Amino acid sequence: MSLPEPLTVMITHAIASHGGPRGAILEALRMVQHAEGWVSDERVADIAALTGMTTAEIDNLATFYSHIFRKPVGRHLVMFCDGASCWMNGGDKVAEAVKARLGIGFGETTADGRFTLLNTCCVGGCDHAPAAVTGRNRRLVGPLRADTLDGLLT
Amino acid sequence: MTAAPLSGPLTGRARADRRPHSLAEWQADGGHAALGLARQQPPAAIVDMVAAAALNGRGGAGFPAAQKWRFMPAPGTIPGDGPSYLIVNGDEMEPGAFKDRLFLEALPHLVIEGAMIAAHAMHASEIIILVRDAYRIGIHAMEQAIAEVDAAGLTGRNLKIRVHASAGRYIVGEETALIEALEGKRAVPRKRPPFPAQSGLWGRPTTVNNVETIANIPGIVANGPDWFRGLSRTAEGGTKLFGVSGRVHKPQLIEAPMGTTARELIDRCGGVSGTGELLAFQPGGGASGFLGPEHLDLPLDFANVADAGSMFGTGTLIVLDTGTCPIGVIARHMRFYARESCGWCTPCREGLPWVAHIVDGLEAGTAKTADLDILHMTAGEAGPRGRSFCDLMGGAMAPLATGLHRFERQFADHAAHGCRA
Repeated sequence: MSLPEPLTVMITHAIASHGGPRGAILEALRMVQHAEGWVSDERVADIAALTGMTTAEIDNLATFYSHIFRKPVGRHLVMFCDGASCWMNGGDKVAEAVKARLGIGFGETTADGRFTLLNTCCVGGCDHAPAAVTGRNRRLVGPLRADTLDGLLT
Repeated sequence: MTAAPLSGPLTGRARADRRPHSLAEWQADGGHAALGLARQQPPAAIVDMVAAAALNGRGGAGFPAAQKWRFMPAPGTIPGDGPSYLIVNGDEMEPGAFKDRLFLEALPHLVIEGAMIAAHAMHASEIIILVRDAYRIGIHAMEQAIAEVDAAGLTGRNLKIRVHASAGRYIVGEETALIEALEGKRAVPRKRPPFPAQSGLWGRPTTVNNVETIANIPGIVANGPDWFRGLSRTAEGGTKLFGVSGRVHKPQLIEAPMGTTARELIDRCGGVSGTGELLAFQPGGGASGFLGPEHLDLPLDFANVADAGSMFGTGTLIVLDTGTCPIGVIARHMRFYARESCGWCTPCREGLPWVAHIVDGLEAGTAKTADLDILHMTAGEAGPRGRSFCDLMGGAMAPLATGLHRFERQFADHAAHGCRA
């Protein structure tokens, strides 16, 4: 499927407002991911065509930045803090409970395509440790409890 | 999500539910008045005011804000045409740091007002507010607030403001790596000199300031430098948005005078949790060295914490009770810094995973006593003078080096038996 017209317009606009094609690459990757959930090889080629860069230059960035996804992710993304403040307050136990409940590990997606689990640090929610961010808005949830996982998988 | 209410001249206007103010609400509360005052004065007068206020940058290094601004060339002295940039750094990702989230989510107009005043002071024509991906609520709040000030004509004809939503990686918070990211490259730090004020974004004069630094500017302009210095208990001006997390009963953000002690902050969090007894604390996030119970009454500011052998950093304390294994805390930090190295400089790219592997081994009981020598060697030789382009590895070595000293007995015990906590 070719790049949808609204994305073409937005990326073209980003090239004008972000100091040219190179400055707009990350923005373009983000826009594609926002619309489609991840960045496929086809979209890398689309962005390359729009910005006048090579696909290698686009992928060079896409593979460096950890929140650009080069394979499909679940509809619900759960980013779990594995930092010290969360760990001290039982973060490991909560992480194990989430993994057991979903039957997947960090970096994996459930077979039904609902959830993807990622470990990250720090989510800036140390006052809610152990904490995670979830969903399109990266909503902060915590303090999490291993026995309920309230608010995390909804 | 609600949090403990804040009070103080910097954050007191933040709502408990962190819902941001509309422009009308903000102006009704006196917001954006300092912008008008600032624009009636020559830029140099604003810089002088910030210098007299003794405002040190709140991003971690504590460099005097006005001095950084003075590195920016005056208009007419810059070769070539093009913008000068103020970049507001909202890439908060230091382990234990959760302070800038508040400004971005709950006080976007304060950040914008401070940024517009700072841009006036340093002759910047474009403001870019870079925010990490995990702070999307903050991204939305900032974008909304920018749209409002633009529509109201507050921005002025010669100033552009936009938000740049980042795409992950801790290293983006390093100011020259951040510039690389904005130029559409891998976020690899640049060798200095030239410094960003000489050659920054797209080769143009650039200043990178932390969100909290910028948020302090309207108050200084509105109330004067004497007022700002008077807020502090030490020679460094202002209040500080402290954060306390880890093993305390009520982890939270606390705005308090610069020079407030760890004892006071921990008390306000309901005291140490777990055993109730303090083992140690990191005063400024994951990359700051451990301090101990003997430092509970140290007035916390950049100079005093440096004198005590640590770093004030982000002013966000990580507290360990005596029931917490310090090797476990160090292991989480080492994994984080190893994962987040950009990979450019060899000591950091190769050294940090090796260190993380050894500390993990200490926890698992697979390490040997000789491994401690490797940790000592790495902490000593690859620290601040490790000849890396940036200080990611130097920062990572701070908890390890101070931990090896402070927790010598625990390290030896782990080398012999693994973690018995």
